[in-house]
Amino acid sequence: MDLVKFVEEQAVAKKTVPAFKAGDTVSVHYKIREGNKERIQIYQGVVIQRNSTGVNETFTVRKMSNGVGVERIFPLNSPNIDKIEVNSFGKVRRAKLFYLRELTGKAARIKTRRV
Amino acid sequence: MSGIIGKKVGMTSIFDTDGKNIPCTVIEAGPCVVTQLRTVDQDGYAAVQLAFDEKKEKNTSGPLKGHFAKANTTPKRKLVEFKTFEDEKSLGDTVTVEIFAEGDFVDVVGTSKGKGFQGVVKRHGFGGVGGQTHGQHNRLRAPGSLGASSWPSRVFKGMRMAGRTGGDRVKIQNLEVLKVYPEQNLIVVSGSIPGAKGSYVIVDK
Repeated sequence: MDLVKFVEEQAVAKKTVPAFKAGDTVSVHYKIREGNKERIQIYQGVVIQRNSTGVNETFTVRKMSNGVGVERIFPLNSPNIDKIEVNSFGKVRRAKLFYLRELTGKAARIKTRRV
Repeated sequence: MSGIIGKKVGMTSIFDTDGKNIPCTVIEAGPCVVTQLRTVDQDGYAAVQLAFDEKKEKNTSGPLKGHFAKANTTPKRKLVEFKTFEDEKSLGDTVTVEIFAEGDFVDVVGTSKGKGFQGVVKRHGFGGVGGQTHGQHNRLRAPGSLGASSWPSRVFKGMRMAGRTGGDRVKIQNLEVLKVYPEQNLIVVSGSIPGAKGSYVIVDK
C-alpha cells in the first residue's frame, strides 16, 4: 500500500468544494486570524489553473487590483478556506490560462459558459 | 534517549491547527527487535542492538543466523547499536513507534544521496566568479586561488576542492513528530530528512 497516500488520507481532511475549473470566476472566503479574532476575507477572481492532485491540490486565482495583476495560490483542502463560491463559468480552450497575464482590459475578458 | 530504525517512505504536506501547510516526511519505522545487549563487563560499553527489516533465511550467512536465533527472531537486514536507551531492554524485546508521541522532537540520521564528482560551487557553496562578463569564458564556477605562493609553497590540508559529494552520514536535529500511526508503523516528522526513498534512517529521541 502507498504509505504516503495513507498519511495524506488520515492527516488531511478532504473538502467538498463546488466543481470549478480554469476560466471560472470564484469568490474564495478565506479565514484570517488577527490575534485571537477571526474574520473572513473574500478574494474574487478568475481561476487560471488547478494544479496537482489528491490532498495537495491547489488552485490559482488572478484578479486585477488597482490596475495591478494579483495572483493568489490556495491549497484546495486548506482549513482556512471557509467556502468557495462559483460566480460564473468561463468558456476557455485550455487548462492553464497563463496567457491572461499578458492581457488587460477588454482583451482579458472570458466568454461565459452555460451550465 | 531512545531510538528506532526506519525507512524513508516519502514526503508530503499536512495542515496544522493554524491552517499552515507543513512539509513533512513519512518514515516507516520498526518494529525493531533487540538482538544483542552490550554490557560494560563484557564489551567495555553499554548499548542495545536493534534489528529491523525482514530478510530471507537463505540470504543470511550462518553466523548471522545464529545471532538472530539467540534473540529468538527471524533474520533482519539492518542492525544498529543505540548507546543510550531509556528503559531496560532484554533480548528479543520489540521496539515500536509507540516510543514517540506527537509533539516530540527527534533527530534523524541517514545517508545523504550520492551526487558523484561535483565542483566547489555545489560541494562547498562557493559563489563562482559572479558574472559572465569582464573577460570570463571558462571560469564561471572555478574555485579561484588555493593560497599564497612562495610561502607556504604548498596547499594547506583541508583546502576545499572539487570531489565526491553526498553519500555521507548526515544528522538532522530537532524535527517535530507530527503524527504517529502505530498500526502502520509510521511516523511523520516535519521537514526533510537525508537520503533517498527506501533508505534506512535512525530516528533518535
